[in-house]
Amino acid sequence: MPPVVYAVSGGVSKFAKARPDKTFQAIVKEAYDYAIQDIGLTFEQFTELVDGSVASYFSDHFQRQLMSGIMAQDYLGLCPKPGHRVEGGGATGGLCFQEAWKSVASGHMDICVAYGFETMSHVETWKGNEFIALASDVSFDYPVGGFYSGYYAMMVTRHMKEFGTTVEQMAHVSVKNHVNAYYNRYAQKRNRYTVQDIRSAPMVAWPLTRLDICVMSDGAAATILCSEEGLKKLEKAGAKIARPLVKVTGIGRGTDAMRMSDRPHVDYDYFMRHYATGQEQSSDETRAYYRGLWDKGFRYPGVHSFRAGRTAGNMAWKHAGIADPLHELDFVELHDAYTSSEIQTYEDLGLCRYGEGGPFAASGKAFMPGVDYGLNLPEQPLCPVNPSGGLIACGHPVGATGLMQAVFAIWQLQGTIQEHFGDGHLQVKDASRGAIHSHAGTGTYVTVSVLEREA
Amino acid sequence: MSRLPTHRPETLGGTIVHNIPFPKVLNEETLSLLKQMSPIQIEQVYQITYLHSYGQDSPFFAGLTNGVFLGCRDPQTGYTYATPRGHDMHTGEETKWVTLPNEGVVHAFTVCHFGSEEFLPECPFVLALIEFEGADTLFLTRLMGVDPAQASLDWIGMKVKAEYLRNSKLKPTDVYFVPA
Repeated sequence: MPPVVYAVSGGVSKFAKARPDKTFQAIVKEAYDYAIQDIGLTFEQFTELVDGSVASYFSDHFQRQLMSGIMAQDYLGLCPKPGHRVEGGGATGGLCFQEAWKSVASGHMDICVAYGFETMSHVETWKGNEFIALASDVSFDYPVGGFYSGYYAMMVTRHMKEFGTTVEQMAHVSVKNHVNAYYNRYAQKRNRYTVQDIRSAPMVAWPLTRLDICVMSDGAAATILCSEEGLKKLEKAGAKIARPLVKVTGIGRGTDAMRMSDRPHVDYDYFMRHYATGQEQSSDETRAYYRGLWDKGFRYPGVHSFRAGRTAGNMAWKHAGIADPLHELDFVELHDAYTSSEIQTYEDLGLCRYGEGGPFAASGKAFMPGVDYGLNLPEQPLCPVNPSGGLIACGHPVGATGLMQAVFAIWQLQGTIQEHFGDGHLQVKDASRGAIHSHAGTGTYVTVSVLEREA
Repeated sequence: MSRLPTHRPETLGGTIVHNIPFPKVLNEETLSLLKQMSPIQIEQVYQITYLHSYGQDSPFFAGLTNGVFLGCRDPQTGYTYATPRGHDMHTGEETKWVTLPNEGVVHAFTVCHFGSEEFLPECPFVLALIEFEGADTLFLTRLMGVDPAQASLDWIGMKVKAEYLRNSKLKPTDVYFVPA
């Protein structure tokens, strides 16, 4: 039997443009304390029981401080317990969650806390963009005009050219995620926008406007994972852990070349053999659809698709026993740093086929039921994507983001969104299984994790 | 009509302060009031000069200085990289230097109206990925000679040709592309 890893609790600091009121350690403690208090333990009780930690933050540059992880570990009173820092660009939080899972799944720890943070307000926005762009090849990419919004805009121009994806379809993602965040008190941006608002916002990197792009944030998040034995220890100490329990049932990761220019352009047979989902491989109609794309010159992954995301998704679905993610997941929290990358990720995760992300975005399938978006959506919600508001509206304090997704997923599966958000609009009814997706660079590291409510 | 700015820009560069308000008498009450104090924020400057080596990729930059566009090729498979790479990702073999054509096609592009701090003065500028006959990968470059205000998907597929800076900076921008 594979080891059971429970995700029993989580906490998120309110994401904000700037949090000068506290140091990063104290912001982490807000999220950490919330996670402990939510299971009814005291700080001392939890400190006694927790076996160790994993810390996540992306850039040492933002704080001009090396080894921030140990400073947080110290502030949380976790010394001398084991701990380490993980870093993998925008996927740092997702990697941290999976490293904590490994610590428990391997039997190394019974109770492990994953915490992450970023304080991006310590530099001006355009300097922050420069730091982020240093996560591209400094010999060949950065000096040409290093700017991540520019990199993603290049990807989407190719996506638009290949598949006919439109800026209005992208704007649907922004409207959806902003309106969702309207009901999420942790979100940085809680605004109702129209498609017109998105398109008339200042152009950043054609065709992406300011409202197609996530913002920089200060924030932290923490989750507590444990084994069966860890669960017994927590409850013996008086922890009140919500039933049904939430467990982690799928883990997947993928990678790709740092330089977008180096991405391969593989043929149809190679794609079907190595990258197609089981569902795609088994459908005559889909095989014919893809054959048609290749006949028109489509090559995979090129710069329009993320094979790291597809690899991570396929691995996680296989681990969790999922054959049809669109119909077998009740929600997905994915890394929408850009509206365009949410569309690309629909395809990578197999929520729709490659090339169909644009129409999928505007179909209504990824929207929340019972929420008024002010849009005419042709189809009913099927699998809400970013019910929390995602990065675009919640904010993206890089090291915290993947863990924020985990916390919101835990609350969805516990059915406790009303309690934590102070509003029940975003509770996915009877949610029993969800996925979280964390993504770095131009698709260099991608993690997908599946969380499930015990029957 | 262009949209009028509604906010004054936020910048660093504060005012020199010679005193910070603080209770004159310290007792339990005034010490507890310190919890209400606003945070003090100071500026810290960090500046560093790196000695960056292009290592095995150095000949590429020497080529640009001399108006030659070099790529790398796996000697066995012929897989060709338009952005230099010392070893092939499929075979692990050391690649050899080959010359690439001076003409290519726009594969993808964007117009950056904002950018990282270093490049803000150059906005708007056009970034493009270029594909070449005989190469399996792309090259990131600046595209000149197109109107940033007239961005169009029709630019994808446009034939372009390389131009080289006369006064080399030993950067990948020593080469740029213009419509052929």
